[in-house]
Amino acid sequence: MTKPITELKEYVAQTRRDIVRMVHGVQSGHPGGSLGCTELLTVLYQNVLRHNPSNFNMDGTNEDVFILSNGHISPVYYSALAHSGYFPISELATFRKLNTRLQGHPTTHEGLPGVRIASGSLGQGLSVSCGIAQAKKLNNDDKLVYVLMGDGELQEGQVWEAIMYAAHNKIDNLIATVDVNGRQIDGDTKDIMGFTELRSKFEAFNWNVISMDGNDLNDVQETLSKAGVLSGNGKPICILMNTEMGNGVDFMMGSHKWHGIPPNDEQLEAALAQNPSSIGDY
Amino acid sequence: MTNLTSMEKKDTRSGFGDGLYELGLKNDKVVGLCADLTGSLKMNKFQDEFPERFFQMGIAEANMISMAAGLATAGKIPFTGTFANFSTGRVYDQIRQSVAYSNKNVKICASHAGLTLGEDGATHQILEDIGLMKMLPGMTVINPCDYNQTKAATIAIADYEGPVYLRFGRPKWPIFTDPDSFEIGKALHMKTGTDVTIFATGHLVWNSLEAAKALAEEGISAEVINIHTIKPLDNKAILDAVANTKCVVTAEEHQMNGGLGDSICQLLARHTPLPVEMVAVNDSFGESGTPMELLDKYGLGIKDVVAAAKRVIARK
Repeated sequence: MTKPITELKEYVAQTRRDIVRMVHGVQSGHPGGSLGCTELLTVLYQNVLRHNPSNFNMDGTNEDVFILSNGHISPVYYSALAHSGYFPISELATFRKLNTRLQGHPTTHEGLPGVRIASGSLGQGLSVSCGIAQAKKLNNDDKLVYVLMGDGELQEGQVWEAIMYAAHNKIDNLIATVDVNGRQIDGDTKDIMGFTELRSKFEAFNWNVISMDGNDLNDVQETLSKAGVLSGNGKPICILMNTEMGNGVDFMMGSHKWHGIPPNDEQLEAALAQNPSSIGDY
Repeated sequence: MTNLTSMEKKDTRSGFGDGLYELGLKNDKVVGLCADLTGSLKMNKFQDEFPERFFQMGIAEANMISMAAGLATAGKIPFTGTFANFSTGRVYDQIRQSVAYSNKNVKICASHAGLTLGEDGATHQILEDIGLMKMLPGMTVINPCDYNQTKAATIAIADYEGPVYLRFGRPKWPIFTDPDSFEIGKALHMKTGTDVTIFATGHLVWNSLEAAKALAEEGISAEVINIHTIKPLDNKAILDAVANTKCVVTAEEHQMNGGLGDSICQLLARHTPLPVEMVAVNDSFGESGTPMELLDKYGLGIKDVVAAAKRVIARK
């Protein structure tokens, strides 16, 4: 059943709390991109994906599948997986610690339910998603494959191999979202390796391109629904998702600096104060 | 100059192509992916017969490997095909993260390995691929020696769950193994002998058998064992063999660093240090030439195996 926006807001706030607490707890990890993608993963995991979290199947047959290509935003991914029932919420406390299933970057290696492929080395998730989408077509499985990439990640050449492949082969059960936050480790994407705007590039490769404000829950909900409707029409679908890195924590916004550094005790308290949630911390 | 006898010859890549076609007939989970080398990899028959299960990837090997990982995630058994160079070095990170670390059931099938690719030269003659692949945790590495063994290995790896690197070659080569003799991870005894054990893989198995004949004419009894599976290595068969002969020659179409000889030396060093001579490429790139000229120039010919056997026996 679709959760109302008021309820989603609670999940968004709780996930933001989880992200900053996880990264603070181990003093490492990537809060910026995680915070920017919180609305997307909340809507996907709470409302959009037709999946079976209590009985995880690696092959995802007859389920929607989500692949995280920019694996460094593992905090938001783990929180979304836990809050939708893939594993106990308490396990978030083990993030990046020795013997954890919640490795620094997501992996199947430790058997964490919900994760279907390792990611971290960038640029591979869209290709992996093409493979899952092709398998679904072979199996007459009408469910969808969702993948998230960072905008900086599009600097990897392999992404364009997959963009070309997906359009040529009419992989129309694939919805690829690009987190357009304009930031990467060394600075703003426009300064590091500017690609002006992305819409014309995806359209030139014959993709169906839509865009949304990734930090507006209503827009995310509506656009994901629209993307689902657009599927099956002979073209892969790209959602250009404009976000603010660090969204929801004021001092983490407006810069690339919080890509991969943890908050200190004082900063943690400030971040938590800005994100009250009734769901409860792990 | 290396001389081959007039027995029947076929390229090992045809063994792959014929094996893949047979797999297609009996296992609908098997899918093929190829990066614009369908004819070279002999994948045409699979492509023609099972077009819906064949994916033309274009010249985009990175996308091919990661896509294969996705197909495997969803329950398919993908066989990727391109030259050994583009199957390994070019896509090492994709294999490492999406296939090996993610433990995906992907079969990386690599043709035109080694010097015997011939005239195309060193850009295409990879001699480091066994090393690259065997270093990856969980990766099985197989380098069959003739058409029959390549076909059998192709069929066998579909029933094995996990990532596999299958390495084969371009030139027509004698067919001398029994098609039923292949088992993943099991060394294959080709010839008994008491003075020296020759462990060989790939095309060099034939050269080693010919070398054993030449040695016999000089009164030297050489045992020849085919190590088609370099990882996991058949430790027991190797240690059992050397317990009798007490000295070893390794032979392969690969760099000395990282190849079969390297694996066997590690095993012997840990269990029973013995003299070893390695017939392999010694820290060098290849070059253009005919396969036989190249094997000769780079010290992988029959005479080189003979010489290595004599050297190692003298060191006992």
